[in-house]
Amino acid sequence: MSTRFTKNAARNIFYGGSLFFVLVFLGLTFHTTRALPERDHRENITEQVVRGKQLWEENNCIGCHTLLGEGAYFAPELGNVYQRFGNNKEAIKGFIRSRPPEGVPGRRSMPQFNFTDEELEALAEFLKWTSEVNAANWPPNIQG
Amino acid sequence: MLQYQSQAVAKPYFIAAIALFAGQVLFGLILGLQYVVGDFLFPAIPFNVARMVHTNLLIVWLLFGFMGAAYYLVPEEAERELHSPVLALIVFWVFLIAGALTVLGYLLVPYSSLARLTQNELFPTMGREFLEQPTITKIGIVVVALAFLYNVGMTVLKGRKTVINVILLIGLAGLAVMFLFAFYNPNNLVLDKYFWWWVVHLWVEGVWELILGSILAFVLIKVTGVDREVIEKWLYVIIGAALITGIVGTGHHYYWIGTPDYWQWLGSAFSALEPIPFFMMTLFAFNMVNRRRRDHPNKAATLWALGTAVMGFLGAGVWGFMHTLAPINYYTHGTQITAAHGHMAFYGAYAMIVLTIISYAMPHLRGQGTAAGERQQVMEMWAFWLMTVAMVFITLFLTAAGVLQVWLQRVSEVPQPFIAVQQQIGLFYWMREVAGVVFLIGLIVYIASYFVRGDEAVTTAQPARV
Ligand code: HEC
Ligand code: HEM
Ligand code: HEM
Ligand SMILES: [Fe+2]
Repeated sequence: MSTRFTKNAARNIFYGGSLFFVLVFLGLTFHTTRALPERDHRENITEQVVRGKQLWEENNCIGCHTLLGEGAYFAPELGNVYQRFGNNKEAIKGFIRSRPPEGVPGRRSMPQFNFTDEELEALAEFLKWTSEVNAANWPPNIQG
Repeated sequence: MLQYQSQAVAKPYFIAAIALFAGQVLFGLILGLQYVVGDFLFPAIPFNVARMVHTNLLIVWLLFGFMGAAYYLVPEEAERELHSPVLALIVFWVFLIAGALTVLGYLLVPYSSLARLTQNELFPTMGREFLEQPTITKIGIVVVALAFLYNVGMTVLKGRKTVINVILLIGLAGLAVMFLFAFYNPNNLVLDKYFWWWVVHLWVEGVWELILGSILAFVLIKVTGVDREVIEKWLYVIIGAALITGIVGTGHHYYWIGTPDYWQWLGSAFSALEPIPFFMMTLFAFNMVNRRRRDHPNKAATLWALGTAVMGFLGAGVWGFMHTLAPINYYTHGTQITAAHGHMAFYGAYAMIVLTIISYAMPHLRGQGTAAGERQQVMEMWAFWLMTVAMVFITLFLTAAGVLQVWLQRVSEVPQPFIAVQQQIGLFYWMREVAGVVFLIGLIVYIASYFVRGDEAVTTAQPARV
């Protein structure tokens, strides 16, 4: 690099530029958190949805599935599974309930978690709430 | 052979890093097989468990590598002994044992039992990608990080404050600070996701780039003998570009998770510039090596330094750019394209920089002099090519799988279900698995290179070029 561009100038760009964009990012974050309620419909986060999220986490569903496109790529996207299953919570519950404990021979398999009915209802409620988040029309189609 | 005796604490860190790396790759191969033989090891080791082990071992071995790098280079830069070598060794064992217990927990009990056992309900932080560790482990990580930062920080404060040391320290402190967001887990999934990226993105496309840049700068000074002033100026420009683009660049993860639409513009614009610092790193490394004032006898370390600069640019810069614009990401989000990019970027930028500093430091730490003997270096360079070429093919096969997946599942007139699509692209997963086996062979050659005997170590630097 040319000698006219000094190390001090480079240092100032680093510290000044970084600080500036940290502040910009914090500002944007502030704005985003203000704008979110319209899109995430937090008024619908019931106790069941909260419980569902907890079960989602404590069984590490994200280790096989994506949810709104993030997670693992081994099993179907679940952000829109509520719609894929015909807006039917019972279908979701039935699917999870009916996983064979020893798996399906040769096929990618999902564990049998032995959930209670109350737990299944909570998970289904959580997936229903998630499917209603305004995710800018993603995924592109029903297959996720 | 060490300039400062306390640099020796780096050695166990490097050995642990390599051992955990081997574990990571073994679990990668299990995952790769489960991709095509769906019920392989089911239900003993379900896919999600193997994946946690694979990714968490990756993070942990990189952290061991970063810490070893700091213990090695900070005293040399500061021109004084490490503040407390004993503390460094205690931290080593605490971290290793906590890590081993956590991985055993993943493998031996169902994840929900691990959650119950560690009282996740009191302070729920588990079950999010990369942050699967029980809360108690996360607290342990923070304690380890604090003790480590204190130790290195005191060394820097009391000694010479070079640019490399200061940048490395900012990077490491940033790593610890951003990790604190792992403890924030709101009930609202959208908020949860928003701040989850403050750990993941602001690590790899933020503060870790400072660590990467400073380790690279250190090794380049050593192996090329180029004037420190020149190298430090480059370092500032590179990390300046990294943070200026990378911070708002976080927006490339805020397109489809419920966040406002303006992120599609902001995220696309800023992240499209993120390849710049990675490209500058490539220019930097090649420029310095071309302008070298001596021929350092450690050819392998120079190869790794050039390699990480190139592969980091390809994996992060090129493969990152490929899917970072919102209209493209709309189709590629959460597919094998993401996996392709994740693999090459992590390997190229972070695995390889750790292998670079290990390659440079190990001969000193093992009392071999400035460089290992000829035969050992040749073997290490074979390992370099085997692993790196294998990773290129892993990436290419995953990219091919990803393009087909996107087409069949998201673009075509009659979109097909996920599992149906996966079954049609199995061939590419088989080829990825074969490339993975080659990667493992490369890793075995790498480890074996440390056991080469009867080889004359190179004790003196070759005469200066000028
Ligand atoms: C070990 C991997 C794994 C884990 C963990 C896992 N799943 Fe699955 N899941 C699968 C696979 C594979 C399929 C596709 C099964 C098939 O089509 O035969 C699936 C399918 C589903 C489906 C149907 C999706 C569709 O479109 O057909 C739902 C709903 C679901 N899983 C929910 C969950 C929930 C909730 C959890 C956590 C409690 C979970 N899964 C954990 C692997 C997993
Ligand atoms: C060598 C053989 C390897 C194989 C077969 C392999 C296979 C896999 C598989 C199947 C996944 C899970 C993908 C999914 O979620 O569906 C994965 C995830 C991952 N692996 Fe590997 N892996 C290997 C080596 C590596 C190496 C060397 C690195 C880095 C240095 C690495 C880094 C990662 C990362 C970062 C993820 C998470 C990716 C994401 O979330 O997008 N892997 N790997
Ligand atoms: C060394 C630096 C980098 C590393 C280690 C890295 C690693 C990763 C990983 C592991 C993921 C998957 C995260 C998940 O599991 O959800 C990811 C996602 C992503 N990365 Fe990177 N990355 C790096 C740099 C970049 C750069 C420079 C760009 C842009 C130019 C970029 C663009 C993206 C995008 C757009 C995604 C989201 C993919 C999706 O929508 O599924 N990355 N990265
Ligand atoms: Fe990112």
